[in-house]
Amino acid sequence: MAGTKIYDREGVKMIWDWGFTFSIIPKIINAMWVTIAATIIGFIIAAIVGLIWVLGRRSSFKPLALLVSCCIEFIRNTPLLVQLFFLFYVLPEIGVSLSPFVCGVIGLGVHYSTYLSEVYRSGIESVEKGQWEAGIALNFTKLDMWKKIILPQAVAPVIPMFGNYFIVMFKETPLLSAITLVEMMQAAKLIGSSSFRYLEAFTLVGILFLLLSYPASIAVRYAEEKISRKFGKVVA
Amino acid sequence: MYTTMDLIKTLMSGAGVTIQVLIYSAILAGVLSFIVGFMKLANYRLIRYIANIYIEVFRGTSLLVQLFWLYFALPLLGVELNAMTAGVLALGLNYGAYGAEVVRSSIQAVPKQQLEAAIALNMTVKQKYQIVILPQAIRMMIPTFGNLLIELLKGTALVSLVTLSDLTFQAMTLITSTMQTTKIFLLLLLFYFIIAFPLTRFMKWLERKYTIGKV
Repeated sequence: MAGTKIYDREGVKMIWDWGFTFSIIPKIINAMWVTIAATIIGFIIAAIVGLIWVLGRRSSFKPLALLVSCCIEFIRNTPLLVQLFFLFYVLPEIGVSLSPFVCGVIGLGVHYSTYLSEVYRSGIESVEKGQWEAGIALNFTKLDMWKKIILPQAVAPVIPMFGNYFIVMFKETPLLSAITLVEMMQAAKLIGSSSFRYLEAFTLVGILFLLLSYPASIAVRYAEEKISRKFGKVVA
Repeated sequence: MYTTMDLIKTLMSGAGVTIQVLIYSAILAGVLSFIVGFMKLANYRLIRYIANIYIEVFRGTSLLVQLFWLYFALPLLGVELNAMTAGVLALGLNYGAYGAEVVRSSIQAVPKQQLEAAIALNMTVKQKYQIVILPQAIRMMIPTFGNLLIELLKGTALVSLVTLSDLTFQAMTLITSTMQTTKIFLLLLLFYFIIAFPLTRFMKWLERKYTIGKV
Protein backbone atom coordinates (compact mmCIF):
# COMPACT_ATOMS: atom_id res chain seq x y z
CA MET A 1 0.00 0.00 0.00
CA ALA A 2 1.46 3.32 -1.08
CA GLY A 3 -0.88 5.29 1.16
CA THR A 4 0.47 3.99 4.45
CA LYS A 5 3.80 5.74 3.83
CA ILE A 6 2.31 9.22 3.92
CA TYR A 7 3.56 11.36 6.79
CA ASP A 8 3.04 15.05 7.38
CA ARG A 9 5.66 17.47 8.59
CA GLU A 10 5.40 16.51 12.26
CA GLY A 11 5.92 12.90 11.36
CA VAL A 12 2.40 11.93 12.35
CA LYS A 13 1.01 9.22 10.15
CA MET A 14 -1.63 10.86 7.98
CA ILE A 15 -4.12 8.14 7.32
CA TRP A 16 -6.02 5.60 9.33
CA ASP A 17 -3.91 3.47 11.70
CA TRP A 18 -5.58 0.20 12.67
CA GLY A 19 -3.07 -0.67 15.39
CA PHE A 20 -3.68 2.65 17.11
CA THR A 21 -7.43 2.25 16.68
CA PHE A 22 -7.45 -1.08 18.49
CA SER A 23 -5.21 0.28 21.24
CA ILE A 24 -7.68 3.04 22.13
CA ILE A 25 -10.86 0.94 22.03
CA PRO A 26 -10.67 -0.09 25.72
CA LYS A 27 -10.29 3.54 26.85
CA ILE A 28 -13.31 4.64 24.86
CA ILE A 29 -15.41 1.69 25.97
CA ASN A 30 -14.60 2.58 29.59
CA ALA A 31 -15.80 6.11 29.00
CA MET A 32 -18.91 4.74 27.29
CA TRP A 33 -20.20 3.53 30.65
CA VAL A 34 -20.00 7.09 31.96
CA THR A 35 -22.00 8.22 28.93
CA ILE A 36 -24.64 5.55 29.52
CA ALA A 37 -24.84 6.24 33.26
CA ALA A 38 -25.24 9.98 32.61
CA THR A 39 -28.02 9.27 30.11
CA ILE A 40 -29.94 7.00 32.48
CA ILE A 41 -29.65 9.22 35.56
CA GLY A 42 -30.35 12.33 33.49
CA PHE A 43 -33.44 10.66 32.07
CA ILE A 44 -34.74 9.71 35.52
CA ILE A 45 -34.32 13.32 36.66
CA ALA A 46 -36.05 14.53 33.50
CA ALA A 47 -38.98 12.15 34.00
CA ILE A 48 -39.51 13.25 37.61
CA VAL A 49 -39.03 16.99 37.05
CA GLY A 50 -41.13 16.81 33.89
CA LEU A 51 -44.03 15.41 35.88
CA ILE A 52 -43.65 18.20 38.45
CA TRP A 53 -43.70 20.79 35.65
CA VAL A 54 -46.86 19.40 34.10
CA LEU A 55 -48.69 19.17 37.42
CA GLY A 56 -47.57 22.69 38.31
CA ARG A 57 -48.76 23.96 34.97
CA ARG A 58 -52.19 22.46 35.55
CA SER A 59 -52.43 23.94 39.04
CA SER A 60 -55.57 25.93 39.76
CA PHE A 61 -53.38 28.49 41.52
CA LYS A 62 -52.78 30.69 38.48
CA PRO A 63 -49.55 32.47 39.53
CA LEU A 64 -47.88 29.07 39.99
CA ALA A 65 -49.10 27.84 36.62
CA LEU A 66 -47.78 31.02 34.98
CA LEU A 67 -44.42 30.79 36.73
CA VAL A 68 -44.00 27.19 35.66
CA SER A 69 -44.86 28.06 32.05
CA CYS A 70 -42.29 30.85 32.08
CA CYS A 71 -39.60 28.55 33.50
CA ILE A 72 -40.31 25.94 30.84
CA GLU A 73 -40.19 28.51 28.04
CA PHE A 74 -36.91 29.90 29.31
CA ILE A 75 -35.22 26.54 29.73
CA ARG A 76 -36.40 25.33 26.34
CA ASN A 77 -35.28 28.43 24.53
CA THR A 78 -31.71 28.57 25.83
CA PRO A 79 -28.90 26.18 24.87
CA LEU A 80 -28.11 23.21 27.05
CA LEU A 81 -24.40 23.99 26.72
CA VAL A 82 -24.87 27.41 28.30
CA GLN A 83 -27.04 25.94 31.05
CA LEU A 84 -24.31 23.42 31.82
CA PHE A 85 -21.71 26.20 32.00
CA PHE A 86 -24.05 28.11 34.26
CA LEU A 87 -24.42 25.21 36.68
CA PHE A 88 -20.73 24.42 36.57
CA TYR A 89 -19.28 27.92 36.93
CA VAL A 90 -21.95 29.97 38.71
CA LEU A 91 -23.09 27.57 41.44
CA PRO A 92 -19.60 27.45 43.07
CA GLU A 93 -19.82 31.25 43.44
CA ILE A 94 -22.78 30.82 45.75
CA GLY A 95 -21.05 27.99 47.59
CA VAL A 96 -22.45 24.95 45.80
CA SER A 97 -19.69 22.98 44.10
CA LEU A 98 -20.89 19.98 42.18
CA SER A 99 -18.79 17.36 40.46
CA PRO A 100 -18.89 17.44 36.65
CA PHE A 101 -21.00 14.28 36.63
CA VAL A 102 -23.63 15.60 39.06
CA CYS A 103 -23.68 18.95 37.31
CA GLY A 104 -24.00 17.25 33.95
CA VAL A 105 -26.88 14.97 34.81
CA ILE A 106 -28.76 17.79 36.54
CA GLY A 107 -28.29 20.06 33.52
CA LEU A 108 -29.25 17.35 31.07
CA GLY A 109 -32.18 16.22 33.22
CA VAL A 110 -33.64 19.65 33.81
CA HIS A 111 -33.25 20.70 30.17
CA TYR A 112 -35.07 17.65 28.87
CA SER A 113 -37.65 17.70 31.66
CA THR A 114 -39.26 20.58 29.77
CA TYR A 115 -39.58 18.35 26.72
CA LEU A 116 -40.90 15.42 28.76
CA SER A 117 -43.46 17.69 30.40
CA GLU A 118 -44.91 18.22 26.91
CA VAL A 119 -45.04 14.45 26.47
CA TYR A 120 -46.85 14.03 29.78
CA ARG A 121 -49.22 16.83 28.80
CA SER A 122 -50.18 15.20 25.52
CA GLY A 123 -50.69 11.92 27.38
CA ILE A 124 -52.87 13.52 30.05
CA GLU A 125 -54.94 15.36 27.47
CA SER A 126 -55.58 12.10 25.66
CA VAL A 127 -57.32 10.61 28.72
CA GLU A 128 -61.04 10.83 28.11
CA LYS A 129 -63.16 13.24 30.06
CA GLY A 130 -65.35 10.38 31.28
CA GLN A 131 -62.40 9.01 33.25
CA TRP A 132 -62.11 12.23 35.23
CA GLU A 133 -65.84 12.27 35.85
CA ALA A 134 -65.80 8.65 36.96
CA GLY A 135 -63.03 9.48 39.42
CA ILE A 136 -65.06 12.33 40.87
CA ALA A 137 -68.23 10.23 40.93
CA LEU A 138 -66.41 7.49 42.85
CA ASN A 139 -65.25 10.09 45.36
CA PHE A 140 -61.52 9.52 44.73
CA THR A 141 -59.19 11.96 46.39
CA LYS A 142 -57.20 14.11 43.99
CA LEU A 143 -54.02 12.15 44.66
CA ASP A 144 -55.73 8.77 44.14
CA MET A 145 -57.35 10.01 40.99
CA TRP A 146 -53.97 10.95 39.47
CA LYS A 147 -52.25 7.84 40.79
CA LYS A 148 -54.88 5.24 39.95
CA ILE A 149 -56.83 6.61 37.03
CA ILE A 150 -55.18 9.38 35.06
CA LEU A 151 -51.44 8.73 35.06
CA PRO A 152 -51.56 5.00 34.25
CA GLN A 153 -53.67 5.79 31.20
CA ALA A 154 -51.74 8.91 30.30
CA VAL A 155 -48.27 7.38 30.39
CA ALA A 156 -48.75 4.09 28.54
CA PRO A 157 -49.58 5.55 25.11
CA VAL A 158 -46.64 7.98 25.23
CA ILE A 159 -43.96 5.47 26.24
CA PRO A 160 -42.43 5.48 22.72
CA MET A 161 -42.06 9.26 22.94
CA PHE A 162 -40.18 8.81 26.19
CA GLY A 163 -37.99 6.34 24.33
CA ASN A 164 -37.31 8.90 21.62
CA TYR A 165 -36.23 11.49 24.16
CA PHE A 166 -34.05 8.92 25.89
CA ILE A 167 -32.16 8.49 22.61
CA VAL A 168 -32.02 12.25 22.07
CA MET A 169 -30.55 12.70 25.55
CA PHE A 170 -28.01 9.96 24.88
CA LYS A 171 -26.84 11.88 21.84
CA GLU A 172 -26.59 15.11 23.83
CA THR A 173 -24.23 13.67 26.46
CA PRO A 174 -21.09 14.72 24.50
CA LEU A 175 -21.92 18.24 25.68
CA LEU A 176 -20.91 17.15 29.16
CA SER A 177 -17.34 16.98 27.86
CA ALA A 178 -17.42 20.78 27.87
CA ILE A 179 -17.64 20.73 31.68
CA THR A 180 -14.70 18.32 31.86
CA LEU A 181 -16.66 15.10 32.45
CA VAL A 182 -14.68 12.24 30.92
CA GLU A 183 -17.38 10.58 28.85
CA MET A 184 -16.79 9.18 25.37
CA MET A 185 -16.19 12.52 23.69
CA GLN A 186 -13.84 13.83 26.33
CA ALA A 187 -11.94 10.53 26.33
CA ALA A 188 -11.53 10.86 22.56
CA LYS A 189 -10.41 14.46 22.94
CA LEU A 190 -7.81 13.46 25.52
CA ILE A 191 -6.53 10.68 23.28
CA GLY A 192 -6.44 13.12 20.37
CA SER A 193 -4.56 15.84 22.20
CA SER A 194 -1.94 13.47 23.59
CA SER A 195 -1.28 11.61 20.33
CA PHE A 196 -2.29 14.21 17.71
CA ARG A 197 -4.47 11.50 16.21
CA TYR A 198 -8.01 12.80 16.32
CA LEU A 199 -9.25 10.88 13.31
CA GLU A 200 -9.40 7.39 14.84
CA ALA A 201 -10.71 8.52 18.24
CA PHE A 202 -13.50 10.74 16.93
CA THR A 203 -14.51 8.25 14.26
CA LEU A 204 -14.72 5.49 16.86
CA VAL A 205 -16.93 7.64 19.08
CA GLY A 206 -19.19 8.38 16.13
CA ILE A 207 -19.46 4.70 15.27
CA LEU A 208 -20.22 3.78 18.88
CA PHE A 209 -22.98 6.37 19.04
CA LEU A 210 -24.47 4.99 15.85
CA LEU A 211 -24.16 1.38 17.04
CA LEU A 212 -26.00 2.19 20.25
CA SER A 213 -28.62 4.65 19.06
CA TYR A 214 -29.66 2.98 15.81
CA PRO A 215 -30.89 -0.31 17.35
CA ALA A 216 -32.51 1.73 20.11
CA SER A 217 -34.43 3.81 17.61
CA ILE A 218 -35.58 0.66 15.83
CA ALA A 219 -36.79 -0.71 19.17
CA VAL A 220 -38.71 2.50 19.81
CA ARG A 221 -40.32 2.35 16.38
CA TYR A 222 -41.37 -1.24 17.08
CA ALA A 223 -42.83 -0.24 20.46
CA GLU A 224 -44.65 2.62 18.75
CA GLU A 225 -46.35 0.22 16.37
CA LYS A 226 -47.30 -2.20 19.13
CA ILE A 227 -48.69 0.50 21.37
CA SER A 228 -50.61 2.31 18.67
CA ARG A 229 -52.20 -1.00 17.76
CA LYS A 230 -53.13 -1.67 21.37
CA PHE A 231 -54.55 1.75 22.08
CA GLY A 232 -55.95 2.23 18.61
CA LYS A 233 -54.54 5.74 18.36
CA VAL A 234 -51.29 7.58 18.16
CA VAL A 235 -50.86 10.34 20.66
CA ALA A 236 -48.88 13.19 19.17
CA MET B 1 -13.47 47.70 35.04
CA TYR B 2 -16.12 46.43 32.71
CA THR B 3 -19.55 47.96 33.06
CA THR B 4 -22.68 46.04 32.13
CA MET B 5 -22.86 48.14 28.96
CA ASP B 6 -19.38 46.97 27.89
CA LEU B 7 -20.36 43.39 28.49
CA ILE B 8 -23.50 43.78 26.41
CA LYS B 9 -21.53 45.40 23.61
CA THR B 10 -19.09 42.50 23.42
CA LEU B 11 -21.90 39.97 23.61
CA MET B 12 -23.66 41.80 20.78
CA SER B 13 -20.75 41.13 18.44
CA GLY B 14 -21.00 37.46 19.42
CA ALA B 15 -24.73 37.52 18.80
CA GLY B 16 -23.99 38.71 15.26
CA VAL B 17 -21.85 35.62 14.63
CA THR B 18 -24.46 33.36 16.23
CA ILE B 19 -27.18 34.75 13.97
CA GLN B 20 -24.91 34.43 10.95
CA VAL B 21 -24.26 30.76 11.76
CA LEU B 22 -27.97 30.26 12.37
CA ILE B 23 -28.97 31.71 9.00
CA TYR B 24 -26.34 29.85 6.96
CA SER B 25 -26.95 26.51 8.62
CA ALA B 26 -30.74 26.93 8.47
CA ILE B 27 -30.49 27.50 4.72
CA LEU B 28 -28.21 24.47 4.29
CA ALA B 29 -30.45 22.31 6.48
CA GLY B 30 -33.58 23.48 4.65
CA VAL B 31 -32.15 22.69 1.21
CA LEU B 32 -30.86 19.30 2.37
CA SER B 33 -34.22 18.50 3.98
CA PHE B 34 -36.05 18.89 0.71
CA ILE B 35 -33.43 17.16 -1.44
CA VAL B 36 -33.07 14.16 0.87
CA GLY B 37 -36.77 14.13 1.71
CA PHE B 38 -37.57 13.71 -1.98
CA MET B 39 -34.78 11.18 -2.38
CA LYS B 40 -36.49 9.06 0.25
CA LEU B 41 -39.61 9.05 -1.90
CA ALA B 42 -37.74 8.20 -5.10
CA ASN B 43 -38.66 5.19 -7.22
CA TYR B 44 -35.09 3.92 -7.39
CA ARG B 45 -34.06 1.81 -4.46
CA LEU B 46 -30.44 3.00 -4.67
CA ILE B 47 -31.44 6.64 -4.20
CA ARG B 48 -33.66 5.78 -1.24
CA TYR B 49 -30.80 3.74 0.18
CA ILE B 50 -28.35 6.65 -0.04
CA ALA B 51 -30.87 8.99 1.60
CA ASN B 52 -31.39 6.47 4.40
CA ILE B 53 -27.68 6.14 5.10
CA TYR B 54 -27.30 9.92 5.26
CA ILE B 55 -30.27 10.28 7.62
CA GLU B 56 -29.29 7.44 9.95
CA VAL B 57 -25.63 8.46 10.14
CA PHE B 58 -26.32 12.09 10.92
CA ARG B 59 -29.17 11.40 13.30
CA GLY B 60 -27.45 8.47 14.93
CA THR B 61 -24.18 10.15 15.79
CA SER B 62 -24.18 13.18 17.97
CA LEU B 63 -23.95 16.77 16.68
CA LEU B 64 -20.88 17.54 18.77
CA VAL B 65 -19.15 14.41 17.49
CA GLN B 66 -19.88 15.47 13.92
CA LEU B 67 -18.63 18.99 14.57
CA PHE B 68 -15.39 17.80 16.15
CA TRP B 69 -14.94 15.25 13.45
CA LEU B 70 -15.21 17.91 10.74
CA TYR B 71 -12.96 20.34 12.59
CA PHE B 72 -10.31 18.13 14.17
CA ALA B 73 -10.33 14.81 12.32
CA LEU B 74 -10.94 15.88 8.72
CA PRO B 75 -7.66 17.87 8.46
CA LEU B 76 -5.85 14.56 9.03
CA LEU B 77 -7.48 13.37 5.81
CA GLY B 78 -6.18 16.48 4.08
CA VAL B 79 -9.31 18.66 4.18
CA GLU B 80 -8.94 21.75 6.33
CA LEU B 81 -12.08 23.69 7.15
CA ASN B 82 -12.19 26.93 9.07
CA ALA B 83 -14.35 27.10 12.19
CA MET B 84 -17.22 28.85 10.44
CA THR B 85 -17.40 26.33 7.58
CA ALA B 86 -17.11 23.36 9.93
CA GLY B 87 -19.80 24.78 12.22
CA VAL B 88 -22.25 25.56 9.43
CA LEU B 89 -21.62 22.21 7.74
CA ALA B 90 -22.09 20.19 10.93
CA LEU B 91 -25.26 22.04 11.94
CA GLY B 92 -26.66 21.99 8.41
CA LEU B 93 -25.94 18.31 7.82
CA ASN B 94 -27.26 17.29 11.24
CA TYR B 95 -30.52 19.22 11.13
CA GLY B 96 -30.92 18.48 7.44
CA ALA B 97 -31.20 14.81 8.39
CA TYR B 98 -33.97 15.59 10.88
CA GLY B 99 -35.66 17.90 8.37
CA ALA B 100 -35.58 15.27 5.63
CA GLU B 101 -37.75 12.99 7.73
CA VAL B 102 -40.17 15.87 8.29
CA VAL B 103 -40.40 16.57 4.56
CA ARG B 104 -40.90 12.91 3.74
CA SER B 105 -43.56 12.27 6.36
CA SER B 106 -45.45 15.46 5.52
CA ILE B 107 -45.57 14.64 1.82
CA GLN B 108 -46.72 11.12 2.65
CA ALA B 109 -49.37 12.53 4.97
CA VAL B 110 -51.12 14.34 2.12
CA PRO B 111 -54.23 12.22 1.49
CA LYS B 112 -53.83 9.80 -1.39
CA GLN B 113 -56.99 11.06 -3.09
CA GLN B 114 -55.27 14.39 -3.69
CA LEU B 115 -52.62 12.66 -5.74
CA GLU B 116 -55.23 10.59 -7.57
CA ALA B 117 -57.21 13.73 -8.38
CA ALA B 118 -54.07 15.37 -9.75
CA ILE B 119 -53.43 12.34 -11.95
CA ALA B 120 -57.06 12.29 -13.07
CA LEU B 121 -56.74 15.94 -14.09
CA ASN B 122 -53.74 14.96 -16.21
CA MET B 123 -51.33 17.24 -14.39
CA THR B 124 -47.62 17.10 -15.10
CA VAL B 125 -45.33 16.00 -12.27
CA LYS B 126 -44.32 19.62 -11.71
CA GLN B 127 -47.94 20.79 -11.50
CA LYS B 128 -48.82 17.90 -9.26
CA TYR B 129 -46.28 18.94 -6.68
CA GLN B 130 -46.48 22.67 -7.16
CA ILE B 131 -50.24 23.03 -7.06
CA VAL B 132 -51.51 20.04 -5.12
CA ILE B 133 -49.00 18.24 -2.93
CA LEU B 134 -46.51 20.81 -1.66
CA PRO B 135 -48.94 23.54 -0.53
CA GLN B 136 -50.62 20.97 1.71
CA ALA B 137 -47.41 19.29 2.81
CA ILE B 138 -45.57 22.50 3.65
CA ARG B 139 -48.44 23.57 5.88
CA MET B 140 -47.92 20.38 7.85
CA MET B 141 -44.17 20.94 8.01
CA ILE B 142 -44.32 24.40 9.59
CA PRO B 143 -44.76 23.44 13.27
CA THR B 144 -41.99 20.82 13.22
CA PHE B 145 -39.66 23.06 11.25
CA GLY B 146 -40.32 25.73 13.86
CA ASN B 147 -39.15 23.40 16.61
CA LEU B 148 -36.13 22.37 14.58
CA LEU B 149 -35.18 26.01 14.05
CA ILE B 150 -35.09 26.59 17.80
CA GLU B 151 -33.04 23.41 18.24
CA LEU B 152 -30.70 24.69 15.54
CA LEU B 153 -30.30 28.01 17.33
CA LYS B 154 -29.43 26.21 20.56
CA GLY B 155 -27.07 23.97 18.60
CA THR B 156 -25.10 26.99 17.39
CA ALA B 157 -23.72 27.35 20.92
CA LEU B 158 -21.58 24.29 20.17
CA VAL B 159 -19.52 26.15 17.57
CA SER B 160 -17.92 28.04 20.44
CA LEU B 161 -16.13 24.77 21.23
CA VAL B 162 -14.34 24.89 17.88
CA THR B 163 -13.13 28.45 18.58
CA LEU B 164 -15.70 30.31 16.49
CA SER B 165 -16.33 33.61 18.30
CA ASP B 166 -20.08 33.31 18.71
CA LEU B 167 -22.20 34.44 21.66
CA THR B 168 -21.05 31.67 24.01
CA PHE B 169 -17.41 32.05 23.00
CA GLN B 170 -17.49 35.79 23.66
CA ALA B 171 -19.07 35.18 27.04
CA MET B 172 -16.40 32.65 28.00
CA THR B 173 -13.66 35.08 26.94
CA LEU B 174 -15.26 37.87 28.95
CA ILE B 175 -15.41 35.63 31.98
CA THR B 176 -11.71 34.86 31.90
CA SER B 177 -10.89 38.56 31.65
CA THR B 178 -13.48 40.03 34.06
CA MET B 179 -14.36 37.16 36.43
CA GLN B 180 -17.96 38.45 36.57
CA THR B 181 -19.17 34.89 36.06
CA THR B 182 -22.74 35.10 37.33
CA LYS B 183 -23.63 38.31 35.58
CA ILE B 184 -22.18 37.27 32.23
CA PHE B 185 -23.88 33.88 32.22
CA LEU B 186 -27.21 35.43 33.11
CA LEU B 187 -26.77 37.94 30.28
CA LEU B 188 -25.79 35.11 27.95
CA LEU B 189 -28.92 33.09 28.76
CA LEU B 190 -30.99 36.22 28.28
CA PHE B 191 -29.37 36.89 24.90
CA TYR B 192 -30.27 33.43 23.63
CA PHE B 193 -33.78 33.78 24.95
CA ILE B 194 -34.16 37.15 23.23
CA ILE B 195 -33.12 35.58 19.92
CA ALA B 196 -35.21 32.43 20.37
CA PHE B 197 -38.44 33.91 21.68
CA PRO B 198 -39.36 36.02 18.64
CA LEU B 199 -38.47 33.02 16.46
CA THR B 200 -40.92 30.81 18.37
CA ARG B 201 -43.61 33.48 18.17
CA PHE B 202 -42.98 33.97 14.46
CA MET B 203 -43.30 30.25 13.74
CA LYS B 204 -46.50 30.07 15.83
CA TRP B 205 -47.87 33.01 13.86
CA LEU B 206 -46.93 31.34 10.57
CA GLU B 207 -48.60 28.17 11.74
CA ARG B 208 -51.81 30.00 12.61
CA LYS B 209 -51.78 32.03 9.41
CA TYR B 210 -51.60 28.94 7.23
CA THR B 211 -54.12 26.88 9.11
CA ILE B 212 -56.90 29.47 9.27
CA GLY B 213 -60.03 27.97 7.81
CA LYS B 214 -58.36 24.59 7.35
CA VAL B 215 -59.17 21.42 9.19
